[in-house]
Amino acid sequence: MANLAAVVGTGQTSYTTKRGDVSIAGLVREAAVNALNDAELTWDDIDAVIVGKAPDMFEGVIMPEIYLTDALGCNGKPMLRVHTAGSVGGSTALVAASHVQSGTFKRVLTVAFEKQSESNAMWALSNPQPFSTHLNAGAGGYFAPIIREYMRRSEAPYDVGIKVAVKDRLHGARNPLAHLQKPDITMKEVEESFMLWDPIRFLESCPSSDGACAMVIANEELAEQAPRPPAWIRGVAMRSEPTMYAGREEVNPQAGRDCAADVYKQAGIKDPRKDLDVAEVYVPFSWYEPMWLENLGFAPEGEGWKLTMEGATSLDEGGDIPWNPSGGVLSSNPIGASGMIRFAEAARQVRGDAGDHQVEGAKLALGHAYGGGAQFFAMWVVGSEKG
Amino acid sequence: MSEQTTENTDVITGIEAPIYLKYNFTAGAAPARFLTQVKEGVLTGQRCPQCAQVYVPPRGSCAACGVPTEEEVVLSDKATVQSFTIVSIPIPGNSIEPPFVVANLVPDGANISFIHLMSECDNADVHIGQRVQGVWKPQEEWGYSMDNIRYFKPLDEPDVPVEKIGKIPVEGWEG
Repeated sequence: MANLAAVVGTGQTSYTTKRGDVSIAGLVREAAVNALNDAELTWDDIDAVIVGKAPDMFEGVIMPEIYLTDALGCNGKPMLRVHTAGSVGGSTALVAASHVQSGTFKRVLTVAFEKQSESNAMWALSNPQPFSTHLNAGAGGYFAPIIREYMRRSEAPYDVGIKVAVKDRLHGARNPLAHLQKPDITMKEVEESFMLWDPIRFLESCPSSDGACAMVIANEELAEQAPRPPAWIRGVAMRSEPTMYAGREEVNPQAGRDCAADVYKQAGIKDPRKDLDVAEVYVPFSWYEPMWLENLGFAPEGEGWKLTMEGATSLDEGGDIPWNPSGGVLSSNPIGASGMIRFAEAARQVRGDAGDHQVEGAKLALGHAYGGGAQFFAMWVVGSEKG
Repeated sequence: MSEQTTENTDVITGIEAPIYLKYNFTAGAAPARFLTQVKEGVLTGQRCPQCAQVYVPPRGSCAACGVPTEEEVVLSDKATVQSFTIVSIPIPGNSIEPPFVVANLVPDGANISFIHLMSECDNADVHIGQRVQGVWKPQEEWGYSMDNIRYFKPLDEPDVPVEKIGKIPVEGWEG
């Protein structure tokens, strides 16, 4: 049985196309210092540091965690890097949590980052593979046919993705840290934006961002002494499955369903739409909102899009289960950090710390990340109460 | 900014320091067999002894069952469109001109798709269930590569219903 652990501090940089004023080291340190300040702690209070980022090819810096030890105060302390592609921000937080839940450490710092301005992720994700034609066109090229299959199966209206794109940017306009600030965005503007990977339009895709996110996770005793309300970790789960096998369910992956079932069981959640107050879910392309609504059990299969169209996931429409009030990945995407931002934003919600994008009275929140060919999943449920 | 910055210091945010990597791909037993055959103009897959699904290109095992695949199956170069995207931006390192159709294709006799280019078609007419066939390069250009097939073009055959995609025998689709 795991010991109780809680988030006692979160820290983020603001997200933008290019942070020219800092190196990668400066970027991660900024997020880490913000998290320490939020927790009213210093570097000496940290027992271990858990770092995560997406593939090294994205910035061309091999094993960047080695050079970041200084910036993250790791000298003389255990340090570990986690790597699970796009889900890495989430799984890094889970590895950090497990170091506290196991009793190994009392208080750990966890940091995830990406500096996309120093990289070309499209190039890094489009390398030729042996025994295949060289036609892999980035993440959008990979996910577009899966989205097309979802549209066919669900018979959803064509503008569901457009609605998500608008909704998440309106949410992002409430979050001063969000990269895209588009308070006046319209359905028409999204619909008329350039078709990148049919059926994915430019404004239905995430931006390329620089940024980092950090959290301090502490054991029960220390969390109770924390100056600000802790976000108690009520469930943690990771699952993975192979990218390719015959008969694989790519639209509604088994690993995602299993991961959700596991984390809900730990947190005592029977009906996620009813029992959770808010969810921060990894939606890098707009249609992944209805797809994950189904995969995560918020709606029956084939009906996720109805929640989106009813406004159930929208703060501005007073929805009963807001998804991505921070603006989500569609508003900010420092790839390696994007999963941790979901986890940290879930924590901020139950700590009552989410400012203009706060879901009023939020007590229980889901943080979610996925990566690779929708094959790595990481989730946690955090609450204002111990459970 | 650092206080040490002076008028004589340039603002340097990056320098070009290219590093070139050349990978020598060592094909395992199953990919080596596949590449040997594709060099002869033949697509082959391997059948899982447990679930009977046929993999192309074969990797020597079934990722679903976790068992080795050994039985070779000769496939057709006729295939069915499982899904697709129309890409409107260039692929880094590839001179292909957008827009172009990248389709997930299941060749007859196999149970899993690979991606390949579609051409000789109106992009707006491409659809799930569509029948296509490989257009091969001249034989003297064949190598250990799926690029031996230049692209796939539509066939004048009835569409395959969605529930049958990935279940067409190597003899083909009668409609």
